[in-house]
Amino acid sequence: MSENGAEKRFPYLPDESVVAVQRGPEPGGVGGAYRAFGETLRGLKTTFARIIEGPVTIQYPEEKTPVYPRFRGRHKLHKFEDTGLEKCVGCSLCAAACPADCIRVVAAENDPDDRVSAGERYAEIYEINLARCIFCGYCEVACPFDAITMGHEYELADYNREDLVFTKEMLLAEPIERTPLRREGE
Amino acid sequence: MSLPIADTTFVEATWILIVKSIVIFAVIFAIVPMLTVMERKLLGRFQARYGPNRVGPLGLLQPLADAVKLITKEHYRPRAAIPLLYYIAPSIVVFTGVATLAIIPFGNVQDGFGLYGIDVPIGILYFFAFSSIAFYGLLLGGWASGSKYSFLGAMRAAAQLISYEVSMGLALLGAIMMAGSLSLVSIVEAQNQIWYIIPQFIGFLVFMVAGFAETNRAPFDLPEADAELVAGYGTEYGGMRYGSYALAEYIEMFVISAVAVTFFLGGWHGPGPGWLDPIWVIVKIFVFLFLFMWVRATVPRVRYDQLMSLGWKVLLPLATLNVLVTAILVTVT
Repeated sequence: MSENGAEKRFPYLPDESVVAVQRGPEPGGVGGAYRAFGETLRGLKTTFARIIEGPVTIQYPEEKTPVYPRFRGRHKLHKFEDTGLEKCVGCSLCAAACPADCIRVVAAENDPDDRVSAGERYAEIYEINLARCIFCGYCEVACPFDAITMGHEYELADYNREDLVFTKEMLLAEPIERTPLRREGE
Repeated sequence: MSLPIADTTFVEATWILIVKSIVIFAVIFAIVPMLTVMERKLLGRFQARYGPNRVGPLGLLQPLADAVKLITKEHYRPRAAIPLLYYIAPSIVVFTGVATLAIIPFGNVQDGFGLYGIDVPIGILYFFAFSSIAFYGLLLGGWASGSKYSFLGAMRAAAQLISYEVSMGLALLGAIMMAGSLSLVSIVEAQNQIWYIIPQFIGFLVFMVAGFAETNRAPFDLPEADAELVAGYGTEYGGMRYGSYALAEYIEMFVISAVAVTFFLGGWHGPGPGWLDPIWVIVKIFVFLFLFMWVRATVPRVRYDQLMSLGWKVLLPLATLNVLVTAILVTVT
């Protein structure tokens, strides 16, 4: 073969352009048994290396897989930290953005003496049916006040479908921190 | 020249033999649960996972849970099965496995007491006799189940065992000729200079490969190939009858390892005082058991025609050649 392989390939030269298909030796016979033995030893080496490496399993209920900061888990509703008022103004944009149609918002007028939210109106009922939610995060994107964000919690299994409908109080409550966060570079 | 059999003048009292057989039963039924948990843990490690670690400390009580589960299961018999044969087949394999263990020497005669079940005059032929009977357990179990998968598995088991028993016998013949005796005790005694794994390396290899086939373990677990035969001869078995087959597989594994240790790894020979002899045997046996599990974790199952051609076209000629060369060398020297 010359250094300039591309030039050699054209025009067509049968003895230089044809590349023979590489095939292994014929199986069977004493030679085959010998090669199989060698390959077996190679395989034994490979599996033994796994013992030395140690298990990679995460013992789930005791240890948990850390999640990334932008992991989309269960939703959280937020309040203003200084005034303690709810950020949600009951605009239903999240419900409109939801492709799974799992958010239900019923808005009500704020009483000026006893405000619930910072805006004109507030969400009287705010429910997310987590049995239907696909955790796409569109509600978070749609919200003009950053009132709803996706949290990190993913252990949401329950025995009844009714228990998976999360009300406003449950979404506002600070969730028990159960999910480890992935550290930098992990 | 004396006959190539065990020392028939050394006879132990009957009550000693009875005690020994009880001890052998107790020991093997204590070792097999350990083997199951060892196998599962090692397989886990070979696959970069933990294996059972929930039941008891480090998962060591797992076999207990398994046994309770198997024993309390419903006794079920397919309508097409032949009752008597279906019921006794699993016990045949267990019985033959334990019976073979009787001739494994764990130490020499110390203070007039042999550390082995019995040193039968025919020695290793006893082992072959019982492993041949063991395959009736598989064949009868598969046939009496009245199911096509069981039947196919049993047929395969029969073909496989017959093919490999020949090579296995020939592989051991080299060591027998070098020791000049069939008795396992004399064979171990003859290895006090050099372990037979060195002069009989070909025989050792052939014996190990045939041993894997004989115990129906990976990569030769065709009789119970779960991908195509459901579970082979054990398809219709459940509960402790299925458990007996599993038990027998582990016992056989232990026996094959013990025979390999006796014939090729110098049995009880090892540094240290006399009371260490049985420990040495056990340690060497566990090295082989580790090998069995290691291979299971590594090698995929071979195809049926590959199995047959390996047995007849490679192992048998190799073993025969080994016997011939050994015979010539033994005669010349």
